[in-house]
Formats: sequence, C-alpha cells, structure tokens
Amino acid sequence: MKNNIDLKEKLLNDFSEFEKSLNGEINTGFHKTRKDAIKAFNELGFPTRKIEEWRFTHINQLVKNSFLPAGLFENIKIPKTNLKKYLIPKLEANLVVLVNGIFDKELSDIKENISNGFIGSLKDALKSHSDELSGLIGKIADYKKDAFTALNTAFGGDGVYISLPENTNLKYPVLILHLTGSDKEEVISQPRVIINAGKFSSSVVIEVSYTTGKKVSFLNSVTEIMLEENSKVTHYKIQNDSENSFNIGTTQVVQNANSSIESYVISWGGELIRNNFNTLFKGKDSECHMNGIYLSKRNQLIDNHTLADHAVPNCYSNELYKGIIDDNAVAVFNGKILVRQDAQKTNAYQSNKNIILSEKADINSIPQLEIFADDVKCSHGATTGQLNPDELFYLRSRGIETEKAKKILLYAFLEEVIMNIKLAPLKAYLEKMLEKKLN
Amino acid sequence: MLIIKDLKAEIEGKEILKGINLEVKPGEIHAIMGPNGSGKSTLASVLAGKEGYEVTGGEVLYEGKNLLELDPEERAGEGIFLAFQYPVEIPGVSNANFMKTAINEIRKYKGLDPVKATEFLKLMKEKAKLVELNPEMISRFVNVGFSGGEKKRNEIFQLAMLDPKLSILDETDSGLDIDALKIVGDGINKIKDGKKSFVVITHYQRLLNYIVPDFVHILYNGKIIKTGGKELALELEESGYDFIKETEKNNAV
Repeated sequence: MKNNIDLKEKLLNDFSEFEKSLNGEINTGFHKTRKDAIKAFNELGFPTRKIEEWRFTHINQLVKNSFLPAGLFENIKIPKTNLKKYLIPKLEANLVVLVNGIFDKELSDIKENISNGFIGSLKDALKSHSDELSGLIGKIADYKKDAFTALNTAFGGDGVYISLPENTNLKYPVLILHLTGSDKEEVISQPRVIINAGKFSSSVVIEVSYTTGKKVSFLNSVTEIMLEENSKVTHYKIQNDSENSFNIGTTQVVQNANSSIESYVISWGGELIRNNFNTLFKGKDSECHMNGIYLSKRNQLIDNHTLADHAVPNCYSNELYKGIIDDNAVAVFNGKILVRQDAQKTNAYQSNKNIILSEKADINSIPQLEIFADDVKCSHGATTGQLNPDELFYLRSRGIETEKAKKILLYAFLEEVIMNIKLAPLKAYLEKMLEKKLN
Repeated sequence: MLIIKDLKAEIEGKEILKGINLEVKPGEIHAIMGPNGSGKSTLASVLAGKEGYEVTGGEVLYEGKNLLELDPEERAGEGIFLAFQYPVEIPGVSNANFMKTAINEIRKYKGLDPVKATEFLKLMKEKAKLVELNPEMISRFVNVGFSGGEKKRNEIFQLAMLDPKLSILDETDSGLDIDALKIVGDGINKIKDGKKSFVVITHYQRLLNYIVPDFVHILYNGKIIKTGGKELALELEESGYDFIKETEKNNAV
C-alpha cells in the first residue's frame, strides 16, 4: 500500500531544494516573488471542497501523488522526429515547445523576428527583458488568492514570453506545445506564458497540451495576458492530455481600452481538468469572447471557471460553453459576470449548454451574476438535457443508423463552437479530433 | 407496394387510429384528407416509425415485409420517405453533409459502395434545381433560419435526393404560399415516374391542384370513411368537413 504522503509538505520541502538549483538566479527580483508565492501557498494550502470555488471539484486523486517539480529531476528528451504527432497539420506557426515546463530550444522553431519584441523562453526573457517583465510576471494573475497559481509562481521561471510592440501584427500564430510527463517519475510541470500585447497589436496564441510519459503527471500552468489599448489577442487552449494526468491552469487577462480577446478552451483529455479563465476590464470599450467545449468521459472531471470582471463602463462580454458528459464523468461550469458599480452600459451574455449521455454522468452548472450598476444588459442561460429525440428521428427517417445519427448530433452540438474558429488548419484539426473523440 | 390492414394505434393510451385500411400500388398517388385531429399525422408517423405511438392492432405490409418491425432507418433503406409537417432544424449539420451521409447510409443498407464525391455534387445540383432550392441553402445548416416555405422545399429536395419508392407527404402544403405550393407540386410531378408511389396527406384541396391524386380518402376520427377519385377532394372543398361530420353523426345515430 502506498503511504499517504502530504503533497503540500513535500512541495514546501522541495522548494528549498529548488532554490539551491537556481544558483545565481536567487538574487533576481523575481526570486522575491517566488518566496512570497511559496509563503502564500503555505498559507492557502490545497483547496478542499469546503471552499466555494472548489465545491464540486475534489482533488483527492491529485494530492495523493508525490509530484517532483522541474529542476529536481532529469528532464526527458523528446527526439525531434517524435514531434510531428503533436503538431497541427498545415499550420505554419512560431513553434515553442515546453518539455515539463522547460523551454526546449532544439524543438522550438520561432519563425518571426520581431524588432523590439520577443517570442521565446521566459527564462531568457527574465534576463534580457527584466524591467519589462517585472511589471507583468505575477502581477496579472494573483498568487495570493489561488494555491495553484501560488505554486506555479513559487516554482516558476520558465515558460514563454511574447512581447509585441505597438502596431505589431504577428504573421503566424504562436503554437505553444506543453509536453508533460515522464516514464520514470511523477512530475509536476509549472510553465508560465506571458503575452504582452502592445497597442494596436494583433496576435494568435495556441496552447496545446499533451502527456508524454507513462507515470502520472500534473500540468499546473498560468497564462498572463496584458492587452494594451486597441490590441487584439486570440487565445486557444487545447487539452489533449492522456488519462492519468492532471491539468490545472489559470488564464488571467487584463484589458485596457478598446482591446479585444477571443478565447477558446477545448478540453477532452486528462483525468482532472480545472481551467480558470478570468478577464478584467480595465479600460472602456473592450470586448471579450469566451468559448469552450468539453467532453468528459470515463471517470474524468472537467471544471471550467470563468470570470468577466466589468470594472469600467461600456464593455462587452459574451460566453458560450458547451459540453458532453458520458459514463461516470463529471463536468463543472461556473461562469461569473461581475458588473461593478461604475460599469454602466455593460453588455454581458453567457450561455452554458450540456448533453448528458449516461445516468451516472453529472453536470454542475453554476451561473453567477453580480450586478452593481443599473444601466446594463446582462443575460445568462444554462441547459442540460439528452439528445433531442425529434432531431434523432429526423436523421433516422433519412436512413441514418441510430448510433451514427447520435454521433452526428453530438458532433453538431460542439461544432457550434468550433465553427467560429477563423484559423482554417486549426478548425480542421479540431473537427477531425472531435470526430475521433466521439468514436 | 403498401398494404395497411385494420391498423390501430394509440398515443399515451388514447386511441387515434381506429382501423385503417389502405392499399397503395406502384405508381399511384393517394390523397388522405381530413379535419384536424382525425389522425392524419399519426398515420404518417406510424408509417415512418416515430417513437411514442403504440400500434395496438392490424398490420402494415410494404413490399411483402412487415413494416412495423423495421426501424425508421431500415424503412428509409427500403425506400420509404416521410416529408415532415414540421421539418426539424439541426444546427451544426450542413444540408450537404446530411444528404451525403443519408445517401451513403441507404447505399450501405442496400449493399452498395458510397457515392463518389463528384457524382454526389452533380446530383445535388441537379435536384436543387428541380425544386428551385437556392444553392446557397445546401451549404447551410439543416433548416436553420429557413422560412416555412424553404423548409418544405428542403423536404422535397431531400425526397428528390434519396429517390424513395414510397413518399409520404405530411401536410407539405401547410404554411406555403401559392408560389411555393406550385414549386413543390411541380417538383413532385417531375419526380413521379409511373413507378413511385405517393401518399399525400393534407387538410386542404389546393395542393391537389398541382399533384393530381388517383384516389382521395377521407380520414375522420381515426378511420377512412370515404374513398373516391380526385373529384372527391373538390366536393370536400365545396361542402367542407362539417358536412362529413354531420353525416358521420347521423350514421352513428
């Protein structure tokens, strides 16, 4: 029998080991943040179901593993010839590969060279762009309130930094591959992605995660996106992880005036997935589109928490999350729209739709509207049901066999989200993947 | 082709069809007329195999096979088509994909290879023209955002694509204006070839100006109470269903 380990105690001990491995880095400004973050983690501890935000998501399966943080084990090597299976066919991209959270120069292929800008390893950027980064790293995603963000920050220091100066339009999307796991050890990967979108810049960033090892693994990621005035970012998070893996992550966005973000979160892998997507409207006339699909099967648990924080007037947020839950799986959707007192003329819409395919499957859909301004337009709706029998009969009456008809309808249900993706190779990749997942 | 013998069916314990007898031979067009609630749509649904109806008596033979034992998709494979009174919207599925899947499923049922892409496109163009369906509609999601008339036209388009032996048109005329009615009627007239059979279910006589039936049956209170030629429809148009209802009442007394 496996001894019950206390993952929190273990990680706190690991931190001093980790510090030793850092050598000279210990005197940098960021290391102060790390120390602050480990303190926060110590105080917060892993969340239990007593905490409202974790009411439906138990992490017992997660904390019973003795995960090793990067830097404390010999990282795996992935041959370049093995990379192809993780890539998106026909997509020309600035490729950034993170192996257990560590930037892999050999595997990465950054096509664009941006004058006065940066696409590459966060670790490098912490040296070359330290001033710029000091105002961003750990300043956007608050590690004092979330244990996982705290942990990521404490053990952080590598990942991706994307800095786009004013008027930069990225020609190719940035494709970030998160490859997590090892055949030898149970590992925790804690990468951070920081997107610093300058005024009038536009970019597409795709984060795709895969599991690479046989042992249990845990990807604990943080993405911080700073949108300067009039900038536009399209952000995709695609979770292809294998069974036996955990994936917890926060994407925190700060939007200055006239900025726009379009987010897609696609979850169909892993054992336990928890995504937090939060945007803060800091400048007027900004918009945020939140899209998500999830396919929860077997004993999976997929949890999506979103927050649209309308702190200033005249912003627009629109959200559509759709999910299918089968077998003994669970899904959680918690969408919060917060309209603060000053945020007049806010338009905020939210919709969450679910199809349940088995009696044992479960969905917890929790829309939360907190509105403190009086001149706003807000709506939310959540539906949960089975496949529509009229639609099913219609297809069958045209000769389509029942099982096939069901698949067509399930595909169509999620296609409603995928169809809006403008990047054709990515859309085709997701459609193909969806088809495979439904078989 | 189709023989219905003393068919009785109920929905949620309420008997709707109370003994229907009908024989449809190849190439024939039968009109079934009747007031609301007479059981017209129930008959169409039972023939297509919709769930929720319980057949409590009688039998339906289609080309000698017990139709009621077949699943809806098997019925389609055997060559039966139902044009829905209320065509269903299916967001996320394009008309073209829908039709390609349906044709290939029916071909599979018949033991045939899937249709070639070029052949399919040709077929689709040809049939869209036949029912004057805007080609743009083909790439759109099934019936989503279509007007009432467009939906009905899409039904006839599907009918033309799937090339059934027996078509059941369930109140295809409802919600159609005169122009759309003419297009649907003309479409059916181009499709009929002397071998295909049609059962046209309707409340009004007007569709029958375009699709001329060989037989007209009047369905009332779950039974066919009168059968005649095409002139019966005109008679009905003049005197209305009240006349039938009165006659039935008197007969009952």
